[in-house]
Formats: sequence, C-alpha cells, structure tokens
Amino acid sequence: MSTQKAGAITDAKQRYRPGVLKYAQMGYWAPDYEPKDTDVLALFRITPQAGVDPVEAAAAVAGESSTATWTVVWTDRLTACDVYRAKAYRVDPVPGSPGQYFAYIAYDLDLFEPGSIANLTASIIGNVFGFKPLKALRLEDMRLPAAYVKTFDGPPTGIIAERERLDKFGRPLLGATVKPKLGLSGKSYGRVVYEALKGGLDFTKDDENINSQPFMHWRDRFLYCMEAVNRAQAATGEVKGTYLNVTAGTMEDMYERAELARELGSCIVMIDLVIGYTAIQSMSKWARRNDMVLHLHRAGHGTYTRQKNHGISFRVIAKWMRLAGVDHLHAGTVVGKLEGDPNSVQGFYNVLREPKNAVDLQRGLHFEQDWASLRRVMPVASGGIHAGQMHQLLHYLGEDVVLQFGGGTIGHPMGIAAGATANRVALEAMVLARNEGRDIWNEGPQILVDAAKHCAPLRSALDVWGDVSFDYTSTDTPDFVPTPTPA
Amino acid sequence: MRLTQGTFSYLPDLTDAQIRAQVEYCLMNGWAVSIEYTDDPHPRNAYWEMHGMPMFDLRDAAGVMQVVAECRGAFPDHYIKVNAFDATRGRESLQLSFIVNRPRDEQGFALLRTEGRGRNVEYTLRAYATQRPEGERYAVRARE
Repeated sequence: MSTQKAGAITDAKQRYRPGVLKYAQMGYWAPDYEPKDTDVLALFRITPQAGVDPVEAAAAVAGESSTATWTVVWTDRLTACDVYRAKAYRVDPVPGSPGQYFAYIAYDLDLFEPGSIANLTASIIGNVFGFKPLKALRLEDMRLPAAYVKTFDGPPTGIIAERERLDKFGRPLLGATVKPKLGLSGKSYGRVVYEALKGGLDFTKDDENINSQPFMHWRDRFLYCMEAVNRAQAATGEVKGTYLNVTAGTMEDMYERAELARELGSCIVMIDLVIGYTAIQSMSKWARRNDMVLHLHRAGHGTYTRQKNHGISFRVIAKWMRLAGVDHLHAGTVVGKLEGDPNSVQGFYNVLREPKNAVDLQRGLHFEQDWASLRRVMPVASGGIHAGQMHQLLHYLGEDVVLQFGGGTIGHPMGIAAGATANRVALEAMVLARNEGRDIWNEGPQILVDAAKHCAPLRSALDVWGDVSFDYTSTDTPDFVPTPTPA
Repeated sequence: MRLTQGTFSYLPDLTDAQIRAQVEYCLMNGWAVSIEYTDDPHPRNAYWEMHGMPMFDLRDAAGVMQVVAECRGAFPDHYIKVNAFDATRGRESLQLSFIVNRPRDEQGFALLRTEGRGRNVEYTLRAYATQRPEGERYAVRARE
C-alpha cells in the first residue's frame, strides 16, 4: 500500500504540539518495521468507512489497541513511547473482497501481563471494535511469541496424558451429549449416561446450559452420573467419563461443584466459554492441581466468530484457549449441522493439536506459531454427526479428536446402548480398514455395510441416517484458495 | 462379559492375518511393537507384564507374529495385547494397543459401593478373577 501519504512525524516539537494528528503521523504506521521474534503479532481484517484511507485505518487500530488516544498528549514524552506504540507494518487488500484490507500489527511483549488472557484481550480487542472510522473489524489471526507462550501453563492434561490415563489409543474417542438437554430428572439423566457408556462410548457430556435448574439440581446430576459411570466401567472394564458441567454464577459455586466431581471420582469436568477468560484460567489451575481433564464447550462463540467481516476468528479463540489451558475444545465437524468450512476447521484443529503451525493460508493460518512444548488440546467434533459419516470424519479430522454423536446415539431405534455400539463398531471398523491401507474415502460406505453384517445396531443406524447430510455453504471460509499447479 | 479395552474390541476377534496387517501398519510408521499379558484386567492396571522388551529393531511382521504365538502358547488363558510405541518428540507414547488373546471365560468386574455422608458413594471396581492369586485366575476356573 501507499506509504507516502501519512508518514510518522519525526520532529519532536511538531509531533507533540497539542492538537489532533492522524494516527499514521503519530507513529502507528511503520511500513519499514521488522517484527521482533518476541513481538505479539495480530492480523485484522479492516473495512474502513467510505473515504477513510486503509493505511490510516490500520494505524488507528494499532493506536487504539495500544497507547493512543484521539489527540496528542505530552505525557507520551515521559515514556519510551516508540516501544509501547503498536505498529501497523503491512496493509494488503483482501483477495476477492473489495473494500476490505488485511492489516498486520506488531505489539511489543512488554505491553502484556504474563499469563493473562484477560490482559491480552483487553488490549487487542478491548477498544477498537467500536471505532467509528471503521465499518467493521475482525481479528483474523495472532502470532504469540514463544517468550509469551511460556508464561502460560497451557492444558492441564493434554492429548498424550489424557490417552494414557484413559488407556485408549489409536482411534478417535467417542462421546455423546445427553438429550433432551433440559428437563430430565437426575435419575433419568443418569440412565442415558449409563446406557451410552455401557454400549461403547468413552464419554458422555452435559450440554452447555445444564447447570442447576429446578428439574435437576447439580448434586443430583453428579451423584446419578457417577453411579452410571462406575456401572459402565464395571460392565466393560474400560475407563469411562462424563463431562460434569461445573459452570455456575460464581467462582465459589464452580469450585464447590468441581470439588464434588473430584470426590466422586470423575476424571473430567466441563466449563462453558461464556464464564470468561479469567474463570477459565482459574478452572485450568484447579484441574491441574486435581488431575482432572478440563472440557470446554464453546458456548456463545458463534455470536462473534461466524461473520467474516466483523468479530474474532475462531482460530484466535482456539489459540487463546490453548494458552488459557483447556484439554478439550469444540472445534467443528465439517460434515455436521453447525458452521464449518473444511479448510477453516482443519486450521482450528492444527492450532489445537500441532507442536508448531506453519503459515497455511488455505487453512487460514497467516503466521508461524511455535507452541513451545505447550500441551495439545483435544478437539471435539459435535453437532449433527452420525455413524454413516465415519469415513469422512476420520478423513477430515484424524485420530486425536472426540467424535460426539448425541442424537446419533440417543435417537437410535434400538435404544441408547445400541446406538453407542453402532458408533463404536463403525469407528473401529474404519480405523482397522484405514490401517490396512484401504481407501476409506471411497470405500467407506462399503466398509460400514460390511461391518454391519456382524452388528445389527450399525445396520439399523445406517438405515435410519445413512443419507442424512448438511450441505450448506459456510460463511467463515479462508480468503486464499489454492491455485492448481502443474504437476 | 467382554473386556472392551484396546482399539478393536468391538469387532469380532481379529484373525492372525488382520493382526499382521495392523503390525505392518505400525512398523511402516516406525513404531516399536511390544507384547504384554495379564490376568488382572482392571482398567487402571497400567502395567501388564512385558513379554520381552519392545521390539525396537525388529522390522518384520512375521517376527512379531511369532512372538505373539509364543506368548499365546505360554499364556493361553491370559489377556494379551499388542502395543505400538512412537518415540517421536511430543508423542512419546502408544499409538495403537489392541487385544489379541482373551481367557475363554471372561468373568468381569464387581462394583463395590461404600456409602458415605449425604448420598456420596465411594466406588471400587474389582475383577472377580483377582480374588485368586496371580497365575491361578482364569486357567484355574476354566479347568474347574
């Protein structure tokens, strides 16, 4: 982009004369700046109001997310203000989206409190999203330097330790959310848990809005669910778990609920994204102290992640949650009922699972990211998936994932345990076939039909749901499409 | 009951050809295959007995199958599993683990409850087989 129009004013007397300057003139646009390895980098999608220069808009975002206010202040001169100013260092038009620009901004590490998502986000998304000169603003991606990553504890358990604790290897884990999600009594609720776990699932799950309501208080739910978990463990000889949702109105209540979950021998507790970043970090510390797997349901994220021109990309939320320290995070299914472009979803999965992320524009990853040995988060695929999609799920999502079949388990015509068995048999048959070198993408449906020959519940599941798919166009898609290259 | 630990326990027992195909997959990935056995199937029994060391340098599935056969010969009424260990940085754990031999009569588990204050219950899982000494569990019962 043009850099001539509004360069920084370098003469100090001019620069600090009382009055209003353009943000670029104040030093928030630095096209020659070379980001340091320790800088926090952010990529924003900006949509300037008509007539607003994109470079000035980018500088304004840098200014308002770091040190600036609307006018010149002399007190800048009491600080090493050049260091503390965030610097917009690159502005590119978004491919195929006229009027939108990618603005790259670098922040010095000292702008942030170590180990605090609340502080990081207060800067990066604190003020700028309502800024008048912009029609819309979206935080697309961030690069969190290793020096900053190391100030966070990260996931209390992580994929490797979770698998070792559960003694489950070589296949995705299976779960289901208890349905109906509201209205069951504790005893009825526990019945669903018992049947699903006995039938072959590894986990069952409270839904995001099951806390402590008139029809079922939390203690009742915990007591019945743990009876169900233990009965299922005895029936199968496997480690089983149920995500007891400890989300509540206060931290005191959440701690009380988590303590009972631990006393009853649960291996996992659950929280919702809506409890807030600080509460999530507190529960992460608690989980670490108590050898507990911590499941996070991303309740509420769709309000700000889905639309491409405004809000925050889920890949950024995924990065923050890996820092904040959760073990499970819902990250999309590709094939299910909820929003999820395959490339974008794979980008989220890579953020959660890889030790390092390379730049991968096709999957929406704009920066290299070194996770500095921070543990990996197990992604969770949940929402409108069923046994008939097993080959697609394994193909898109890989092995380190929890596949959650709620309706696909509980709605099974032969009962909940049969629904669970259908899913487990479909999964094991698909993994076996993949390992044998078979082409599961193309042969998947036949592999399932063959497996159903020794499993009536799978046959029945394929009959009921085999043709169900959710083919809608995604709204949150990457901006860079691969161009075919000659072989 | 059927113990459903391991990657493929919901499928019919794998044939030797199927086991061999999985071993080949493991070797192709550079994982070290090992064989373990036990007559204490408690889900939190992390340490089954090792039937020899992990076969770090063995790259031939036929060799692994021979060790599986040896282990089955020595412990026909134990649980036997094939593990594949991946020493890659950041994984350094098992990548696959599946049962290849079971006792003829799988007796399952008792669930013991100790009732505490309020309605709290402390649960203990106990394999019926482990009421007998190690080595005399499944085989003895099968002979009875």
